Amino acid sequence: MNSDRRLIRKDSLEKLFKALKQNNKTIIGPALQNGKISYKISNNYSEITSDYIQTTQSSKEIAFPRTEKILAYSKNAEGMSVKGIDIKDIPEIVLWGVRPCDAIGIGELSAIFNWDYKDEIFNNRLSKVTVLGFSCSKADEYCFCTSVGGNPGNTEGSDILFTQLGENGDYLAEILTEKGSLIVSMAEALFERAGKVEKEKFLVDVPVRFNHEDVRNKLTTFFESGEWVQQSLKCLGCGACAYVCPTCACFDIQDEAHGKSGSRVRCWDSCGFSLFTLHTSGHNPREVQSQRWRQRIMHKFSYMPDRLSVFGCTGCGRCSRACPADMNILEHLISIQEATV
Amino acid sequence: MDDLRKRAKELLEASAVKVVIGYENGTENKTRAIFVEKPEDTGKLIFDSRCIMNLASYLTKHEVKNKGKMAVTATLPVMRAIIQLASEFQVNDSNLLVLGITPESKLIEFKDLAEVESFVHKYQIEIDVRNKEMLDKIDKMPASERWNFWIKELAPCFKCYACRAACPMCYCHRCTVDFNQPQWIPVPSHELGNLEWHIMRAVHLAGRCVDCDACYNACPLAIPLNLLTKRMLIDAKEHFGGYQPAIKAEHLMSTYKPDDKENFIL
Amino acid sequence: MADFEPRIVAFVCNWCTYAGADLTGTSRIKYASNVRIVRFPCTGRIDYMLLIEAFNEGADGIIVSGCHPNDCHYTSGNFHARRRWIMFRSLCDFMGIDIRRIKFSWVSAAEGAKWADIVNKTVTEIRALGPYDEYKKVAKTPEKEVIHG
Ligand code: SF4
Ligand code: SF4
Ligand code: SF4
Ligand code: SF4
Ligand code: FES
Repeated sequence: MNSDRRLIRKDSLEKLFKALKQNNKTIIGPALQNGKISYKISNNYSEITSDYIQTTQSSKEIAFPRTEKILAYSKNAEGMSVKGIDIKDIPEIVLWGVRPCDAIGIGELSAIFNWDYKDEIFNNRLSKVTVLGFSCSKADEYCFCTSVGGNPGNTEGSDILFTQLGENGDYLAEILTEKGSLIVSMAEALFERAGKVEKEKFLVDVPVRFNHEDVRNKLTTFFESGEWVQQSLKCLGCGACAYVCPTCACFDIQDEAHGKSGSRVRCWDSCGFSLFTLHTSGHNPREVQSQRWRQRIMHKFSYMPDRLSVFGCTGCGRCSRACPADMNILEHLISIQEATV
Repeated sequence: MDDLRKRAKELLEASAVKVVIGYENGTENKTRAIFVEKPEDTGKLIFDSRCIMNLASYLTKHEVKNKGKMAVTATLPVMRAIIQLASEFQVNDSNLLVLGITPESKLIEFKDLAEVESFVHKYQIEIDVRNKEMLDKIDKMPASERWNFWIKELAPCFKCYACRAACPMCYCHRCTVDFNQPQWIPVPSHELGNLEWHIMRAVHLAGRCVDCDACYNACPLAIPLNLLTKRMLIDAKEHFGGYQPAIKAEHLMSTYKPDDKENFIL
Repeated sequence: MADFEPRIVAFVCNWCTYAGADLTGTSRIKYASNVRIVRFPCTGRIDYMLLIEAFNEGADGIIVSGCHPNDCHYTSGNFHARRRWIMFRSLCDFMGIDIRRIKFSWVSAAEGAKWADIVNKTVTEIRALGPYDEYKKVAKTPEKEVIHG
């Protein structure tokens, strides 16, 4: 489907929001809590903020919640009953205000969840999501989308991409998919015909800092490098980077039993934790933090492109912003590219 | 700052220490830890009011500790943490040298940890006004409002354990939250899992927490979890005469007085 | 609410309170049957997480009890326990956990009547407070998924 370019007035966004609510959509958008921007279920347009570079957490939770009950069981006189997730219970979600580096991440995450085994729950959730992307007119020191093949006005992953035409300006709406058209059909009148618009003029300039294919090549011979220890000495071994990342997909399965009933829960996990690879025997193949840090970079820049033909990093910079130790992934990738093996 | 660089350089040149742990400039006007091993790199060391991370958390990390004797840039909260760690046998004079920074931002040299301890004991741990007000506000709420407050504040916690990782006192190789045979704390970050995790964290830090706020600063979601440990500090003061880390002292929560006062035991 | 019967878990030490409760029975003193007793070697072994666990599993009230000060079979278990309870109770209060539902007591092996009295009073008080729904609601969260804190 060719992208259909329309214009929507700044004041009409609120009307669009209302129209979506009237159509029983659950809207999840960026909102402020404790000084941090998070995606929240928004009941009113006023709860949504538009003044942010990037949300603290990615939007992956819409398809991969941090805690997800994948089945419930109970024992009774007749025997055992097991209940899985019913797709009918999953709401129709409109993700509002997603940045291009987040939207593209949904595809990368999807590649993992559909690698050999097709994760039905993930796919079902995703099928109910419509992504309204908003391109970027601002960036910070952490952003590096252009170094990993993206850009501040990238349409990939969005169903509609909105680009604000100047500060306080109206928005260009690129309607990119069937799901996007469906949204437009709920408020057709708000979408005017767009004249000739040079979208690129309104996007922030994010300089290319490294080449992801070069990094990938370098990594083929970099496994034993001393650079990993150098980079990761300050890493504290928490899960912050993985939990905020749009493409980190590791999870742990937990059973929560209460007497005769219980549930099986899928929870986020992170390769940054020492426990992640700890064997029952006590042996830990990734014994020290540098090996865990190496895994993080290798997975995203070597294993994923090899196996899934996508990189596992969108350049959103979230991991660096969230890191309590200021491990800046961009800096580290640049020094990997520049390192002499 | 020049004093600090000069001293660090001397120490490395004389091989008196293998690594100097300090602060360097980081991203977006933040500062971060740096591990200086070569005298020529000491120029990267900085110190100013942005240096708030508690560097004592690195003193128990394998790959840092294994380098050999460490010197560390230590503000008052970092020194307190070091003394607490010394009392728990995690650091000692043979593996650590303290490059103290006084509250007036002056470099101060210590011969040994005993000297650090005397310096630390010149000051009491004081909870700052803003946090005190917040604690008072919570105390004044009716119980069910307090309950709702905490359930709501803790709800975003996704158990990344950055707070634990950044806390100098949380050095256990295996934390109670990580135990699953039997499982004490539910792993999922639902309301119950988060509630239990934060109760457990606060209790394990009672009488050990030095009020450095590293946990709060580390939390990517800005959850005010440090209020819990601050409250424990106030309780320690009210009931047991206060908390001051000391190398040879009995730990506040692993000791007792036969005449400890309470008013609730029937 | 009139026919609400609270579920109460009592964590007691083996040497004093458990023996005391035994005496209550052998002396044929009648007392409320709402209490399930869990026996421990000493109050020093009664971890605060167990109390939380009791609430998780649906308790409406908790009793923790052991030897009087200076009477602990292991000399100082109850002194250690007392310190921990002071801190733990205060933290619970600060977090809005209903501390009226947690009773601490010293009951010796000779105090059968005191044990009956504590149980009866606790049951009456908790019955008046009603089921601990506030906590139970949170303990049920595994039943729902967590998206967007
Ligand atoms: S890089 Fe930062 S966020 Fe990631 S594990 Fe290390 S300390 Fe935590
Ligand atoms: S690795 Fe970091 S920069 Fe890359 S996608 Fe994940 S959070 Fe964003
Ligand atoms: S750092 Fe924050 S989000 Fe992470 S576990 Fe601690 S309180 Fe929870
Ligand atoms: S609990 Fe927080 S304030 Fe206390 S010592 Fe640990 S990091 Fe510092
Ligand atoms: S044995 Fe009863 S309290 Fe220690």
